[in-house]
Amino acid sequence: MLEIKNLVVEIEGNRILNGLDLTINNGEIAAIMGPNGSGKSTLSYVIAGKDEYEVLDGEIILDGQNVLEMDPAERAVAGVFLAFQYPLEIPGVATMTFLKAALNAQRKARGEAELTTPDFIKRVNEAAQKLAIPKEMLKRALNVGFSGGEKKRMEILQMALLEPRFCILDETDSGLDIDALRIAAEGVNALRSPDRSFLVITHYQRLLNYIVPDSVHVMAGGKIVKSGGKELALELEANGYADYKAQEAA
Amino acid sequence: MPAVQETIDRVKEIDVDQYKYGFETIIEMEKAPKGLNEDIIRFISAKKNEPEWMLEWRLDAYRRWLTMQEPDWARVNYPKIDFNDLYYYAAPKSNEAPKSLDEVDPEILKTYEKLGIPLREQEMLAGIAPENRVAVDAVFDSVSVATTFKKELAEAGVIFCSISEAVHEHPELVKKYLGTVVPKSDNFYASLNSAVFTDGSFVYVPPGVRCPMELSTYFRINEKETGQFERTLIIADKGSYVSYLEGCTAPQRDENQLHAAVVELVALDDAEIKYSTVQNWYPGDAQGKGGIYNFVTKRGDCRGKNSIITWTQVETGSAITWKYPSCILRGDGSRGEFYSIAVSNGRQQIDSGTKMIHLGKNTTSRIISKGISAGHSENTYRGLVSAHRKASGARNFTNCDSLLIGNNCGAHTVPYIESKNASARFEHEATTSKISDEQLFYVMQRGLDEEEAVALIVNGFVKDVLQKLPMEFAVEAQKLISISLEGSVG
Repeated sequence: MLEIKNLVVEIEGNRILNGLDLTINNGEIAAIMGPNGSGKSTLSYVIAGKDEYEVLDGEIILDGQNVLEMDPAERAVAGVFLAFQYPLEIPGVATMTFLKAALNAQRKARGEAELTTPDFIKRVNEAAQKLAIPKEMLKRALNVGFSGGEKKRMEILQMALLEPRFCILDETDSGLDIDALRIAAEGVNALRSPDRSFLVITHYQRLLNYIVPDSVHVMAGGKIVKSGGKELALELEANGYADYKAQEAA
Repeated sequence: MPAVQETIDRVKEIDVDQYKYGFETIIEMEKAPKGLNEDIIRFISAKKNEPEWMLEWRLDAYRRWLTMQEPDWARVNYPKIDFNDLYYYAAPKSNEAPKSLDEVDPEILKTYEKLGIPLREQEMLAGIAPENRVAVDAVFDSVSVATTFKKELAEAGVIFCSISEAVHEHPELVKKYLGTVVPKSDNFYASLNSAVFTDGSFVYVPPGVRCPMELSTYFRINEKETGQFERTLIIADKGSYVSYLEGCTAPQRDENQLHAAVVELVALDDAEIKYSTVQNWYPGDAQGKGGIYNFVTKRGDCRGKNSIITWTQVETGSAITWKYPSCILRGDGSRGEFYSIAVSNGRQQIDSGTKMIHLGKNTTSRIISKGISAGHSENTYRGLVSAHRKASGARNFTNCDSLLIGNNCGAHTVPYIESKNASARFEHEATTSKISDEQLFYVMQRGLDEEEAVALIVNGFVKDVLQKLPMEFAVEAQKLISISLEGSVG
């Protein structure tokens, strides 16, 4: 379970999150929607531990552990996974090499034995096949020269391999055509489980047709301003964010 | 993932505060008086019982050196060196040169053991297949203290000994080749070396012989205020092949020490020489105090047709590095290659690169240089590619990449390209990149700690060169790394 209480965050003196509260239960898929600049991506970065944000107040608790005291690698080991909106390129590092380094770093930190190479290759190949990722791509340097869709699918592949407790999808739908979106969503749905929760950040309701959320939260002005069931997403689709922007301005 | 682990270890190793070879061996030394003059040169020559021609050669070099100016074009800064405030000869005190390892001072043997370079052949043989053996020449300050596997090499006709010994045992070869690649008037440091060189390795591989094992020299500076001036000469006769590795370390001291070596390689028709270096001289501390001044002239002459010379270097040490391992592509169809990884950290300054001088027809060269700068260091690649008027069909490909870690370091690329032949074709690619906070965050988000994340990204950056390293090189590097980690736990 992830609990965020009264989270206040600034970057270079600008307040981005302003007393945000959010609880996501085990097995829950929570969607966050909101206009540009409402602080959605900041929230995902702060949970994952990016350096440049200053947390002034509040707490983030994952399974009873205070996440804010951990560095990004420790958070990853504790089960936080962020599927990036813009995945980074790592030149010269074969995707396969990267996947193995990440998986074994996490296993090592948890005191588990490293996977044998045949076991590892088997796991990667199975996961890659489900996401329609050709083996050829796994030999290429991570994300270098990948299309937008390929990068997003690679994020889901990493998520499948690392088996995190808490997954954040930061605008995974942006830049995807409808087929790529479906493949990515199927990959996410396959990972649904009673002990895994998701935070799905998106602008559009479209993604939520494929990844059906348990709860939908509207974010504006750095906090959650409305929460509801999946029907809230449809309402937003129909009416837009105008009401919330007005609220923010007021 | 051995490669990544190796890089992690290497990154740890280059941390200037973690230099693991900084110990000093306490041993009685014999030194020449401080300073440099003709008497000192006579002293060195007499110590080595050199023939008259060798002394004359040295004196001639010294007289030329006196007329020369210290080069100042490199992008490095250091206080002026007082060449009269150095010792030019320091050797472990003993009545005579040791004839076998039993006569070598046990303190010296212990030093090499600590460095992970076993000199006792029976120890070296334990569990190593013959094709993986490495013969070692160990140079301690000014003298060679041991050369291993001489007998096995001699059976193949390969001569591998110290240069002092070669002057006595193989004067015809030394006279024929010494100074023919790097003339004694070549440059300030090379001339100084020609006057005062004390030891180094000599290799001769006869026609048609493939040297049966890796050859290696391990240089150790121990004595303080002492310059090390080694001289290495490698000759690969027609159709022969040899692979040679060089490693070096020095104690951690507050003052700077001078290392001015000369390496000459000669490849005759269809011969091939691979020369690899793991340079790990003491780099000084994080504030830039102490460290080795590494002013080295390395040059290979592809004298015969279709000969090949390959330089591979991994440079992690020294306060200042000034070296440009080069190839003179004289023989038609000859080929020169330069693969380099230069890592600078702390206050280190590197000005390094290569020269590919195309003289013969259809000569080819390839340069892959990877510079990594961290801390407050400055890392310059300086390279020359030239085609002589007669070098028709000359080809060069240069790829020169720099990676910056942090905001306080510098990377510079200074390529010189000269072509006097219209049919020559030279290609040059260069990039400079920085490990971004975004990249680091991305990799750490997947569970790698900061050190591992940097290592992974650096590993990807140097991959092209790592793939070029001979297997033996990796073994050598691993040896150095394993001792660097010794005692670091607990």
